[in-house]
Order: sequence, then structure tokens, then C-alpha cells
Amino acid sequence: MIGLEHYLTVAGALFVIGIFGLFLNRKNVIIILMSIELMLLAVNINLVAFSTHMGDLVGQVFTLFVLTVAAAEAAIGLAILVCFFRNRGTIAVEDINMMKG
Amino acid sequence: MSSADFSVLMPQIVLAIYAMGGLLFAVYTGKDKVAPLLLWLTTALFVLVAFWIGVSGGDSTTAFGGLFVADAFSRFASVTILLSAAAVLLMSEGYMARRDLLRFEYPLLVVLAVVGMTVMVSAGDLMTLYMGLELQSLALYVVASLRRDSAKSTEAGLKYFVLGALSSGLLLYGASLTYGYAGTTLFSGIVAAAGEGSASLGLLFGLVFIAAGLAFKVSAAPFHMWTPDVYEGAPTPITAFFATAPKVAAICLLARVVHDAFGGVTSDWQQVVAALSVASMFLGAVAAIGQSDIKRLMAYSSINHIGFALMGLSAGTAFGVQAMLVYMAIYVVMNIGTFAFILSMERDGKPVTHIQALSLFSRNDMTRAVAMLVLMFSMAGVPPFVGFFGKYYVLSAAVDAGLGWLAVLGVIASVIAAFYYLKIVYLIFFGPEGEELETTRSPVLWGMLMASALIMVVGVINLFGIEGPAAMAAQSLVQ
Repeated sequence: MIGLEHYLTVAGALFVIGIFGLFLNRKNVIIILMSIELMLLAVNINLVAFSTHMGDLVGQVFTLFVLTVAAAEAAIGLAILVCFFRNRGTIAVEDINMMKG
Repeated sequence: MSSADFSVLMPQIVLAIYAMGGLLFAVYTGKDKVAPLLLWLTTALFVLVAFWIGVSGGDSTTAFGGLFVADAFSRFASVTILLSAAAVLLMSEGYMARRDLLRFEYPLLVVLAVVGMTVMVSAGDLMTLYMGLELQSLALYVVASLRRDSAKSTEAGLKYFVLGALSSGLLLYGASLTYGYAGTTLFSGIVAAAGEGSASLGLLFGLVFIAAGLAFKVSAAPFHMWTPDVYEGAPTPITAFFATAPKVAAICLLARVVHDAFGGVTSDWQQVVAALSVASMFLGAVAAIGQSDIKRLMAYSSINHIGFALMGLSAGTAFGVQAMLVYMAIYVVMNIGTFAFILSMERDGKPVTHIQALSLFSRNDMTRAVAMLVLMFSMAGVPPFVGFFGKYYVLSAAVDAGLGWLAVLGVIASVIAAFYYLKIVYLIFFGPEGEELETTRSPVLWGMLMASALIMVVGVINLFGIEGPAAMAAQSLVQ
């Protein structure tokens, strides 16, 4: 029987993979966008799992909002990335280094 | 859902419809030619809406079944946000026009960001919180990279986007855990589920993730990494915007979450906020010393100031929230004045941001040099100026709440931070001989700088009476 804790474990694992993908990846900004998407989808699994477990619809409504915003966020991220590529001719993570912080 | 609900939300609806209508209007008419007109219209609309929200008064009302809250706290925060956004728009017109940056999207994106911010400070539910925060962030990612042909500006936008999306992810994960363990996304339901004393482990995890996500947005250390780069890379008027309205919105949202949703478990979040406060105060004070770019310096200065505002919040009392609101209002006024000066710094028609360029500026223009002196002393918290009273407020709130150690650390950090503010004053009055700094003769920038400096001096009489509204706002938040 698959219970709530199984879903939470999967979501937690995906979330952590997303964060690690964001920080350990040294190659390509597109992979960063994928990692961000993975984090948001992990959250969606969490919300839907809680929602079904409690028999409360709010979690699924929240999921729909998250999905919509994630789409908008990806669009804006890609647009900024295209601008960056036009200026620098590269999207390698190690080339995002004009300012040191 | 009734007309009463919509009337509570009316200021936001007006602003959102204006943004969409403005976009259509600009696209079908002169595009960038109508940009100055849109900018003036937007500024006027901000002031009008601020006035409308400010005088509306009345008790706390909720709309849409508690999703949206309009109370004295949201009114105070919204008015601060709207007025500071109006001031920044007004200042940016000349700078943007001269550098061919005055596109029609700019004022409209600022409107959308401001709608997001006013929704954030009125959130009564995790969903409203998330939608408001994202509306603000998505608009800000775009304005950060507004100068599309500059590698620095697009890099700033990209960095802001990646770290902002990460923080949204953390916040959402916290929201999902909170929803799961409290059984509801409404703040009123969460506060009931959390109970008095200490919350369950799941709720605590949710709280910590939400706090981490919001700490990114207020640029509190250790989540501040994006701030210096974004401040440096973005065009200066946009940096001025980042330093004012979004900071107020994010810290007010944090106050709303910890008091409205986790008000029963004060001891659980007090330590987290106090730790953020100490880290920000010291990082902002120490890391700014080595900076030579004034925009980067202002970034660390804002981290330092946010640390002080968080100190007020960490008191966990109504007086603490009042101190935080007063501090943020003073911080916004000081920043607008300082950025009015930074916006006028140029040489051969190009903006300069290196602090060495300020060398002996007092010979060039004594009036403005003295205004900068007042602002820098006020930021450092030197007594006769208003900045001192902001610091005094948060320190006394911390002492009243039994956080004496935090107040002592705050005083030490403010002494360290005074070093770089005084360094700027030293350069302006006694710096080494160097190339003279030219400044733009803009009456708007001059007026903003002088008004801000004057407020720092005259405000000591009664702080322009903002204590009363701030106290009411704090009372409505902390019951």
C-alpha cells in the first residue's frame, strides 16, 4: 500500500535533487532552468499528496496556481537567457562572471 | 464572492487594469514615444491610489473568505510602497530618456510589480502570498534586465532570476509542508493549528522554509548573494527601485506571516529572525568596507539596514513591528535621496559609479555636498538626524523584549557601518585631487535630494507623525 509518506519521500528527494542540480551544475544555464522546474514539481507532488490524504481540495487549487506561475517563470527565464546569449554569445554557467559577488 | 469583496480589492484592480490598458494603448499608438506620458500618468496614479488607500481608514476587513486582508498594517505598507515607487519613477525619467532606456514597458512593469507588492502585504492565505510574491518577482526580473544590449544588465537579470526562482521554490516547499501539517492554507487556520507554545515538527519545517524564501527576497544574510551583483548590473533608476519598494513589501510580508500565521509560537521564529538580523547587520557592515562601486556599497548598506529592521521584528511584540515600520519608512526616504544623488553622477555624459569620483565634490557644489553629508550621517545613525531615531526605535524594541544581547550587537554593527558612510563624506569634503565630477542639472533629482535631506533634519521634531499610523498598523497585526 502506497501511503502519504511515500509521496512525501519522493517529493523531498526530487526537491533536493533540484537544489543540488542548481548548485553543482557548472555547465549550462538551461540545466538550471530544468532544476528549478524540478523543485516546483516536487512541491506539486507534496500539495496533491496532502490534498488527497486530507480530502481537501485547496491543495489541488494551489497546484494549478503553481503550474501556471511556473510556466510564466520559465518563459521569462528563457527570454532573459536569450538576451544574455545575444550579448555574450554563451550560456555556460562559468561565463556568468562579469560581476564578482 | 460578492461586490463587497471586490470593493476591498478595488485599488489593486484599478492598478492592474491600468497596467493592461496602458500596454494596449502603447502598442497601438506611438510605442516608446508615449513612454514619458505613461510614466507621468503612472506616477500620478500611484500618488492618487496611495491617497485613496491612506484615507480609507476603517477596521480590518477581509475579502474572498479571508484570502485578502485590508487592515491598518496593509494600508501603512501599501502607502509606503506606492509613494516610494512614485518617487523612483519621477527620478528615473531624465536618466532613462538620456540613455535611450525610456521604453513604455518600464512604467507598466513597475505598476505590475507594485500590484504584486500591495497584494503581498495584504495576504491572508499562502496562495495569495505566493501569487503576490510571484507577480512582483516576475516583473522585477524583467526590469533588472531592461537594458537589453548590455551584458551587465542581462547578467544581473539572469542572476536575479535564478536565485529568485530558487527562493520561490524554497518558499513553496515550506508552504506545502505548512498546508499539509496545518490542514489549511489560511493564516487564521494555521495559527489555530499551530496552537500556543510550540508547533509540530512539520509546521516548524514549513516555517523555516518560508522564512528562508522570504529572507532571499529581503536580501538578509546569509541569503544576500544576489544583491550586490543585481544592484551593480541593473540600470541605476532600477537599482533605486529595488532598494526601496520591494524591500518594504517583502519585510512586511515576513512580518505578516510570522505574526498572522505563526503568532502563537513566537519563541520558535524569534531565534531565526534574530539570527538573520545579526548576520545581515554584520555582513552589511563589514563587506561594504572594501567596495569601490557606490551601487555595490548601497547594496551592502541595504543588507545592513534590513538587519536592523529584522531586529525590530524579532522582538515579537507590537512595539517591535511599529519600530520595524518606522525604520523602513525612514530607510526608504534616505535611499531615495541618496539615489537621487547617484543618478546625477556622470562624466562626459556617461554615468559614473566609482566612489573616487566623489573626490572633493564639495568644491563643485556645496549645497548638494551638505545634503549628502546629512544623508550619510543619517544612514550611519548619527544623533541629530532622523536615521538615529530609527535605530533607537528598533534597539529599544529589542531591549524591551529581553533581547539585550541583540541590541548590543546592533550598536557594534552600526559603529562598523559608520566607517564607510563617513568614508564617502570624507571623500566629498577632503578627498584627494582628481578629475572633477560632472553632475546633471536636473531639478527633479535636485529636489528629491534636498527634500530627503531636509526630512532627515526637520523630521526629528515628530517624525512627521508617522509613529501614530505605524502604531495602529502594528496593533492591527499583533493582537
